[in-house]
Amino acid sequence: MDKNQHALFNYCLRLGDNSLILGQRITEWCSHAPILEEDIALANLALDLIGQAREFLTYAGEIEKKGRAEDDLAFLRDANEFRNALLVEQPNGDFAHTIVRQYLFSVFNYHLLTELGKGKDSTLAAIAVKSLKECTYHVRHSGEWILRMGDGTEESKRRLFNAFEDLWMYTAELFDTDESDDLLVKKGIAVDMKTIHPLWLETIKAHLDKISFPLPSNHYLVQGIKKGKHSEHLGHILAEMQFLPRAYPGTKW
Amino acid sequence: METLEKKSVAEDPILEEAFMTRLLNGEKIEPKEWMPENYRKQLTRMMSQHAHSEVIGMQPEANWITRAPSLLRKVILLAKIQDEGGHGLYLYGSTETLGTDRSELIEQLHEGKAKYSSVFNYPTLNWADIGAIGWLVDGAAIVNQTMLAKTSYGPYSRAMLRICKEEGFHNRQGYDLMIAMMRGTKEQQEMAQDAMNRWWWPALMMFGPHDKNSSNTIELMKYRIKLESNDDLRQQFIDRTIPQAEIIGLTIPDPNLKFNKETGHYETSDINWDEFFNVIRGKGPCNKQRMHNHIQAHEEGKWVREAAEAYASKHKQL
Repeated sequence: MDKNQHALFNYCLRLGDNSLILGQRITEWCSHAPILEEDIALANLALDLIGQAREFLTYAGEIEKKGRAEDDLAFLRDANEFRNALLVEQPNGDFAHTIVRQYLFSVFNYHLLTELGKGKDSTLAAIAVKSLKECTYHVRHSGEWILRMGDGTEESKRRLFNAFEDLWMYTAELFDTDESDDLLVKKGIAVDMKTIHPLWLETIKAHLDKISFPLPSNHYLVQGIKKGKHSEHLGHILAEMQFLPRAYPGTKW
Repeated sequence: METLEKKSVAEDPILEEAFMTRLLNGEKIEPKEWMPENYRKQLTRMMSQHAHSEVIGMQPEANWITRAPSLLRKVILLAKIQDEGGHGLYLYGSTETLGTDRSELIEQLHEGKAKYSSVFNYPTLNWADIGAIGWLVDGAAIVNQTMLAKTSYGPYSRAMLRICKEEGFHNRQGYDLMIAMMRGTKEQQEMAQDAMNRWWWPALMMFGPHDKNSSNTIELMKYRIKLESNDDLRQQFIDRTIPQAEIIGLTIPDPNLKFNKETGHYETSDINWDEFFNVIRGKGPCNKQRMHNHIQAHEEGKWVREAAEAYASKHKQL
């Protein structure tokens, strides 16, 4: 792979890994949601995200030209090769944590996919346009729950507040870039994160304003983790997710 | 429920006779129409049991969702479990048309007053169990539900028609998974046979006790809620499933299995009824675990439901 292909490969992995790991996390809720309707909705979110991951990872494999398919990339890479953001690998916690994590990510992804859909790589643009429809629903779904928790009971307000406090530190890292991103931004393929960040913040602020809920302030923000460094959680996610293909190499399922 | 019990003491014989005539004419009974209280009670019991089964049935499958061995298998399984949740929702809705709301039905489940299908009290121990559930458990459910699509109660009948379409997909994905395992490595074939060995008998038990021991069957058939007996439905399932097992190289775990050319039916050993009644009475491998999970999720979700209600009432006032 030349420098450009390598940058594009990594970019696709990042998009795919974000969706895959968040999707995997959400599936942990299956049959444990607060209400049956929400079990169905969470399954829907996970289905959308894993579907997006399959498309991004398949495309990554095509760019790499080493014959790796979606499953090779999902099941046979170790944690240090995953490019997902720290936010999406954080544990589900209570329902407030799951919803806040989803909302922070979905608003980010909404603005990212909107721009990516206008990009010069036609495959990425096509995946982005399709995924944006799903993401719009994810923003709405998690956003509606934010309103209900933030303007519900004292307990729900407290839990929502704690979830924002716990997760806010991982949000800056969503917008981290490196040299390969800059290369793709110049070519009109990747999205310039500097343009996304204010949109993301504005959307969240306007939404929380509806219920006079405060944004977390004075927060320590984790940064510079993009190059394959993760929290302790990812190894466990992968140990579970990758168990069968690792235990029975080369097996078709 | 109190009001239902009071009403059931004295039925109007004229209304009851007219009701039975409607049933004999093959008419569907709709929610607000007159019905004998026993009809209402039997339906509420059966439909809520069906709804609970769909929801509790999500658990053994969810057990493998994070470990599905390919992304395609993961989304198929996830979509299937999501369907089961949808069936549960649909059936709770249909049951509510009889006058008992969902929260009360769930309370009955948690108090042990309502049952769910015993088959979900068995554990999913290897990946092929996911295939076995789709193929055998949903396969058995389809036989039952195809019959129930013709049931006399309108909302239940319509729910079954819709649910059967999705169950058909579930059944095929299960069989497809089993085919992949049987075409695979020796270890995969062993997993598939192990799953077959463990799920075959529980699948046959899904049809309930022999007709002669089924206290509910006579009344259910009188009211045309059920149109065929437990044993007849079980035989249909056996006859259609055994050739499917044989064609992919799976062995039926029954040394006495034989095909009777004269009747055109397979003959099997008798079911282990001690096991059957034990699991029904709560002594299966996973009864406690399944109920514990459901109660725990319900209790942990209480604050979320309360928040949604508080928000709704605040914004209604505005």
